[in-house]
Amino acid sequence: LSLSLQAKMSRPVQARRLEGIDKNVWVEFVKLAATYSTVNLGQGFPDFPPPDFLKEAFVRALSGENHMLHQYTRAFGHPPLVKILAQYFGKLLGRDLDPMTNVMVTVGAYQALFCCFQAFVDEGDEVIIIEPFFDCYEPMVKMAGGMPVFVPLRPKAPKDGKLMSSADWQLDPAELASKFSERTKAIVLNSPNNPLGKVFSRGELELIADLCVKHDVLCISDEVYEWLVYDGKEHIRIASLQGMWDRTVIIGSAGKTFSATGWKVGWTVGPNRLLQHLRTVHQNSVYHCATVAQEAVAQGFQRELELYGKPESYFIQLPKELQQKRDWLVQSLDAVGMKPIVPEGTYFLVADISEFKSDVPDVPDSDEPYDSRFAKWMVKNKGLAAIPLSAFYCGAHKNNYNHFIRFCFAKEEATLKAANDILQKWKLEKTSP
Amino acid sequence: MLFASRSFCCRGVKAYQLRTDLLSRSIKLSASATMAFRHKNTRRIEGIDSNVWVEFTKVAADPSIVNLGQGLPDISPPSYVKEELAKAAAVDRLNQYTRGFGHPSLVKALSQVYERVCGREIDPLTDILVTVGAYGSLFSTIQALIEEGDEVIIIEPFYDCYEPMVKMAGAKPVFIPLRYKNGGNPASSADWVLDPAELATKFNSKTKAIILNTPHNPIGKVFTREELQVIADLCIKYDTLCISDEVYEWLVYKGNKHIKIATLPGMWERTITIGSAGKTYSVTGWKLGWSIGPQNLIKHLQVVHQNTLYTCPTPLQEALAQAFWIDYKRMDDPDCYFYSLSRELESKRDRMAQLLQEAGLKPVIPDGGYFMIVDVSALNVDLSDGDEKQPYDYEFVKWMIKSKKLSAIPLSAFCGPETKRQFEKYIRFCFIKKDSTLDAAEVILKNWNKQPA
Repeated sequence: LSLSLQAKMSRPVQARRLEGIDKNVWVEFVKLAATYSTVNLGQGFPDFPPPDFLKEAFVRALSGENHMLHQYTRAFGHPPLVKILAQYFGKLLGRDLDPMTNVMVTVGAYQALFCCFQAFVDEGDEVIIIEPFFDCYEPMVKMAGGMPVFVPLRPKAPKDGKLMSSADWQLDPAELASKFSERTKAIVLNSPNNPLGKVFSRGELELIADLCVKHDVLCISDEVYEWLVYDGKEHIRIASLQGMWDRTVIIGSAGKTFSATGWKVGWTVGPNRLLQHLRTVHQNSVYHCATVAQEAVAQGFQRELELYGKPESYFIQLPKELQQKRDWLVQSLDAVGMKPIVPEGTYFLVADISEFKSDVPDVPDSDEPYDSRFAKWMVKNKGLAAIPLSAFYCGAHKNNYNHFIRFCFAKEEATLKAANDILQKWKLEKTSP
Repeated sequence: MLFASRSFCCRGVKAYQLRTDLLSRSIKLSASATMAFRHKNTRRIEGIDSNVWVEFTKVAADPSIVNLGQGLPDISPPSYVKEELAKAAAVDRLNQYTRGFGHPSLVKALSQVYERVCGREIDPLTDILVTVGAYGSLFSTIQALIEEGDEVIIIEPFYDCYEPMVKMAGAKPVFIPLRYKNGGNPASSADWVLDPAELATKFNSKTKAIILNTPHNPIGKVFTREELQVIADLCIKYDTLCISDEVYEWLVYKGNKHIKIATLPGMWERTITIGSAGKTYSVTGWKLGWSIGPQNLIKHLQVVHQNTLYTCPTPLQEALAQAFWIDYKRMDDPDCYFYSLSRELESKRDRMAQLLQEAGLKPVIPDGGYFMIVDVSALNVDLSDGDEKQPYDYEFVKWMIKSKKLSAIPLSAFCGPETKRQFEKYIRFCFIKKDSTLDAAEVILKNWNKQPA
């Protein structure tokens, strides 16, 4: 064998771009939940169905006379869907959107994120990620050869007697500004934020926008929970701020919008000079998205456009229902001594489990963050699945906030009641001798 | 300010053009108002932005054109496949996320079908990845296993995405053409062969993989065992991977057998075999595909998948699983869709060939797949006043769409730069079309010489 062939055979078979991105918290926790949990408030998906009008649209699409809906559609987005998205988001942004160039459909918001990083992040580019963050941002930046730069939301003590709110977790403006450098290509914004549920205020968005404009940085704006805002709060789109449209890609999700996470339909909205590059990535990676679901989502949006602002709109009903569920879970947790951080948005809630630490003793020099061990113990021993907050921090920061766990409350009343029963029983066990 | 909604109802190309013009003007205005914009595309997508399909599917979207271009069926998928999708969508849980690497019932069904075909055990959890179409499998495989410094051998003509995907991974495509070996009459896809000596020269220590497509798009060649052995021998000698695109695996015609290169000795451990629901069940719009191979390779594809789109749609996967169970149970029965579709397509193939021959053309009869290539030189269409930089077949297809209202795909779209001129008299027709479409094509071909050029 030649020396060069020997060298080749001793190299790993996989590409270097996979270095350090093979671990994934969900693979482990989803398996644990499947094995042990009786009440799964872990992974973020509803346990109630999508609305009837959407399911009916899906059945109409798959069984209708037009069997061509089972064949390829337009690669960058099924025409009825991109048209209605352009109309709907044009209305929200106060802008004329071209369905062919300002909108692109993706396989879930996940693939939209992938396209953004692949299209814009080259080796050596820095990307600012706000912690805690939806865990895929970091490996996606790395896979694109970029360098993630983290900046944390820091909790401020709530007013006396009040429960902490996600609004109490804030960026330090000076700290944020220090993260921008010549190498900064983009910042990833997620509002409403998973896992905290924070809904960035206009002031906070302006802070970010000013820095983006000053440093000529792109904004990848993950807005999948855009409809899930509570207490009369407003979801503000950073792309509508001065100087931001030209440098922002907005990402949305039918899964979160219509409670149909298994359909994997997402989209990007933005200026053509940015979307053209997303189209290049898309046409060289998946090319087309499934047709039937796109047709159904288009009809869903058509209905919502007609019911815009009316009480029967799903975008008004869903947050109303979820707010009740949020309040229910907040109450449950507060009653037993887990301290909830009341989320302003999303269907996630983070709680401080410090008072339950006695159940899971500290293991000094453990590689695993405390909250991860706690969450694993909890699902195995109490049957209640949740996700450790450390899952949403980079490796170096996993122990900064390691006594919090995240619950998903997009669940039927029966599920939340069952969770409450587990928590009550647990508390009783702790207080009785 | 929104445009009047009627512009959205109008499906004509003109309305879109008007909107695009107005939009691009407004972009220019805002661009001049802001500072210089430094954000261009990344290096990895440099030069891979154009795409033959984007160009030709747009043109053929006109319903007055008989569309034999893009490879999509206009026949209906089998009714039980649609029924299974309706059943799946009615189950609440099946509208939410499923297992990232593939819905459990689907990977189980795939493992059963392919265990039977391959004659070996296939672990549904570690040896299979479900992807967004075979396209997604190609992407996951190339991103997982190919990088800068690697060479990847691509056999020409090739399904056009192989080249840009290899480039996007930073690697160098190395081309080798199928060459026409003058043989029987009429020409068959079997007459297009690789020269073993020439193939051997393409392999070196940098060769990471060879991409094999059998049955082959666009020619329809079904590689024989001997031909596969030549490739396998080189893969083993040079410790090269084989990415085997077998999306048309069930579409092989009488006298031919689809052989999986992964079943040859020494090949399972170095081969990723790719399949497609779209081609298997005539549901290209479902965009489900799969990669099958040894765990130590598939695990890297899974890492790519979990960092690109994480999971594929659930109800489609469930429906596909159920369809597979139905056909798995009747794999000994001629009514199994895998065989019945093939028989249906064989008669369409024969009809297509006849139509082209009667028009004075020489089609290459495919042994598999649902495409047919044909040399259009005999038609003597003079396009010398067209764009000289464009290959002849590009100009020919554009002219044919415009003046004959019949679409096809130029073969040079499937060739590397050195070989484009070699194939520029060929165009590709797709024949997975209903009878009325083929009837309409027949009318055009019969009347070809009656109309002025």
